[in-house]
Amino acid sequence: MQPFTQITGLVAPLNRVNVDTDQIIPKQFLKTIKRTGLREGLFFDWRRKKDGSPDPDFFLNQSRYESSTILLTRDNFGCGSSREHAPWALLDQGFRCVIAPSFADIFYNNCFQNGILPVVLKADEVLSVMKEVVGTEGYQLTVDLGNQTVTTPGGTAYRFDIDSFRKDCLYRGLDSIGLTLQHEAAITAYEQRRQQDAPWLFADVR
Amino acid sequence: MAGTTLFDKIWESHVVRAEPDGTTLLYIDRQLVHEVTSPQAFEGLKLAGRRPRRPAATLAVPDHNVPTTDRKLAITDPISAKQIQTLEENCRDFGITLFGMNDIRQGVVHIIGPEQGFTLPGTTIVCGDSHTSTHGAFGALAFGIGTSEVEHVLATQCLVQKRPMTMEIRVNGTLSDRCSAKDIILAIIGKIGTAGGTGYVIEYTGSAIRALSMEGRMTLCNMSIEGGARAGMVAPDDKTIAYIKGRPLAPKGDLFERAVQAWQQLKTDSNARYDATVTFRADDIAPQVSWGTSPGMVTGVDQKVPDPRMMSDEKTKNATERALEYMGLSPNMPITDIKIDKVFIGSCTNSRIEDLRLAASFAKGRKVAKTVHAMVVPGSGLVKQQAEAEGLDLVFREAGFEWREAGCSMCLAMNADVLQPGERCASTSNRNFEGRQGAGGRTHLVSPAMAVAAAVEGHFVDIRNWS
Ligand code: SF4
Repeated sequence: MQPFTQITGLVAPLNRVNVDTDQIIPKQFLKTIKRTGLREGLFFDWRRKKDGSPDPDFFLNQSRYESSTILLTRDNFGCGSSREHAPWALLDQGFRCVIAPSFADIFYNNCFQNGILPVVLKADEVLSVMKEVVGTEGYQLTVDLGNQTVTTPGGTAYRFDIDSFRKDCLYRGLDSIGLTLQHEAAITAYEQRRQQDAPWLFADVR
Repeated sequence: MAGTTLFDKIWESHVVRAEPDGTTLLYIDRQLVHEVTSPQAFEGLKLAGRRPRRPAATLAVPDHNVPTTDRKLAITDPISAKQIQTLEENCRDFGITLFGMNDIRQGVVHIIGPEQGFTLPGTTIVCGDSHTSTHGAFGALAFGIGTSEVEHVLATQCLVQKRPMTMEIRVNGTLSDRCSAKDIILAIIGKIGTAGGTGYVIEYTGSAIRALSMEGRMTLCNMSIEGGARAGMVAPDDKTIAYIKGRPLAPKGDLFERAVQAWQQLKTDSNARYDATVTFRADDIAPQVSWGTSPGMVTGVDQKVPDPRMMSDEKTKNATERALEYMGLSPNMPITDIKIDKVFIGSCTNSRIEDLRLAASFAKGRKVAKTVHAMVVPGSGLVKQQAEAEGLDLVFREAGFEWREAGCSMCLAMNADVLQPGERCASTSNRNFEGRQGAGGRTHLVSPAMAVAAAVEGHFVDIRNWS
């Protein structure tokens, strides 16, 4: 996994609440057996008007947001299905960071598995940055995981919280399976204990 | 000493180790796998040269992509076929039990877990699917995970987790006649909102919950995720034990007796505390109909479509305006005036045998309106078989419903069952997101009884006084 330390990048605004994973990447793109190539499915239905032509109002169709790496959005982003295709598609589009007042649990977890940093800022902070982004072409933010800050071009620094364990894994780009396998002895000891207490859980499911 | 909750008991008994910041390595007893969220996990294992730690703790089934028309015909969509074939190959290569497409036991992953006795009280169960919360109905800690975590569990039988908070949702009183678990959960989501449960595991308690059948409790727990909670649970009782007894993968003989003793301890102590508690009265719950594009946008069938002009909160107002535009509804329109084109009875929320019996009891002797196309998709091959043994298929067919093979079908429309743009559907499924059942399609979430009544009348009716 690609580590995340600090990025400075163009910000794309998605001013909607409750953006669900069905919108981030609709089902027709879930038939793939790969993690890559999902960019064309990102916000597929919102990118087009009813007649199928690109909707110029949607941010991804505007050249000023083309190379953005930070997505700024509203409450409860990523709700709904557990599909990891959602962060894969965001990553494929070039996003390394999503900033919102709140995230749905599974999506939040899935980001960390893919080198994407989900940042929770207060709702009023998000709204004020959103205004600046829309009003200023070429607007960039600096997101610093080490210091847990988001800094605006004007120099305002917003602090965000993150679990230390998750932070460490993302910062160093660690392979989480590899980390868990280091505790192999503890897992085996647990299984032996558990087999005594609940032997019915160790029968084959065949 | 302060008591512990049902959740605490299950959590504690699965801790392998804990980091100083509380991050926990949690042991996972069982995993369910389906074709959509697993290929990249198996690929990851292969690339890293890893093997599943306990392949015998995993059960796989294709459900999302399978056609619900005649199974003997090949899948027409080559990409769907490829995904199902990939699952078959992976299960073979890694020694995982698979209920294949032509196995009578095939069905929606959350239907077959309980049906087979794979889902047991006191266990941790995961699946790369958000509706894994369904299995909490048995007093299990069951939650959805992403594909990377699917791979993690396959390789280690563990997951790295942060301890969630606990929320009690207590529902006392008695449900009105013809109201169901679906109405309870929709009313709950309507009140707490789609993010109300974020960060929590919900335990449902109270007399109205105890009165629910196992099927009803599964419907309830299934939609916990729509309220933002990753998991919902109901403490096991005699109904739970009676449901499990004799199922193919359930423990047998002495082992069963031992298990039952352990399961009887699985309840929240009277002096335990939850981080939050919300209470409802079942008597106040009307049959529910969702009117918007998020499960929290829901109201009683005796109400009207809300008016965004009356809303002061900017966020709610904008979201409502957008939703009404997408749904093609005008403010203040009575819910019972909403006309529908399609009816879908199915999904992991409402396609168990009890749902179909109930739906059939309302469909019997009636006819689907000429303007409506209605279908029933059983949750599994075994549900279908049972329904046919009871003659339910005939009841549905005579009333004008299509009777299909088991699968997810139009719950997410990954197979050929889709809504056309602008079409309006009364659906017993769990999500009414934009385009969920087909691009431009409009979904109204309802109970099976409400879906049948809507199919017959061509618009929503209050099932409580439908004659
Ligand atoms: S029935 Fe619907 S919600 Fe349930 S697993 Fe299938 S697609 Fe998901």
